[in-house]
Amino acid sequence: MSFFQMSTPVAARRLFLGRSGGLVLSSAAVALLAGNDALAAKTGNSRDADVQILNTAIGAELEAIAAYQLGAQSKLLSKPVLDLALTFQGHHKEHVALLSSTVEKLGGKPVVAKGNYNFPADQLKSELDVLKFAAQLEQGAVSAYLGAVPLFGNRDLSKAAASILGDEAMHWAVLRQAIGDAPVPLAFMS
Amino acid sequence: MSLRRRALALAWFAAGVSTASFAAQPAPDAGRGEQLYVRCVACHAMTTDRVGPRHCGLIGRRAGSVAGFDYSPAMKKSGIVWNEKTLDRFLSKPLGVVPGTKMTYDGVPEARDRGDLIAYLKSASSGAACGLVQGNLPASER
Repeated sequence: MSFFQMSTPVAARRLFLGRSGGLVLSSAAVALLAGNDALAAKTGNSRDADVQILNTAIGAELEAIAAYQLGAQSKLLSKPVLDLALTFQGHHKEHVALLSSTVEKLGGKPVVAKGNYNFPADQLKSELDVLKFAAQLEQGAVSAYLGAVPLFGNRDLSKAAASILGDEAMHWAVLRQAIGDAPVPLAFMS
Repeated sequence: MSLRRRALALAWFAAGVSTASFAAQPAPDAGRGEQLYVRCVACHAMTTDRVGPRHCGLIGRRAGSVAGFDYSPAMKKSGIVWNEKTLDRFLSKPLGVVPGTKMTYDGVPEARDRGDLIAYLKSASSGAACGLVQGNLPASER
């Protein structure tokens, strides 16, 4: 049965979680970066600019990890939603690992997590609040990656960023479904 | 048609097109701008510094001046003071206006979107939610 034919958000989440366990991170994206020694050969302003774009992305990914941690520890989440949050947090951790290793390959220094993040914790009073907060961050992440993809000097990095963008968009759609909103409200993202 | 008449007709047509274009440009819509602001929330918030600096107190603030925020040297040296005009220019192509900025975002290409976004930023960055958030006033007023 299609995810979109699920009668309830809970059923949809179960389906998603059941299937996502069998999925693997896009091997193409990993191969693009992790094994691409040609990256290291790039020099100059373009490389420095690419490092900056990657570091901005890492900064946002680290915030997302911290935000999901906040949600996971809030004791507001039911088991299926908690599992969902931890799954998505795991994806963000994978993004950070890949982006950070790429920055290093380019001769840069990846940014690290801040000691403290300021989230509106006092406004998160229910599971729905947490889901809406996470959905908003994921939607913002899609826009951020969309705004970064055209900027890379190295087109392999654009492709990898687009791969991550796709993952963030799936997070957003699933969270919207869990909230009870139309999972894919638009034909285009901006 | 004589050359003069043809020129007059062209001028009339051009004036009509120009007026129609002007009339078609809607007034900035802060409500629509709030919806567009979701594009910014992976990195920005009104009241807190995140990957990007807080937006409370943005209008009238010197770029690179929120205390404690780790700006790029390029932004610190930009000399920009944020207002409708400078925001419109920056948001159209951030890296083109401030090469080296950490805001590695391609920009908001549509003038109407920028206008609505700026209308929202103007309204929200000085609104009740910002209150007395530290750093939301220009240094000269603290």
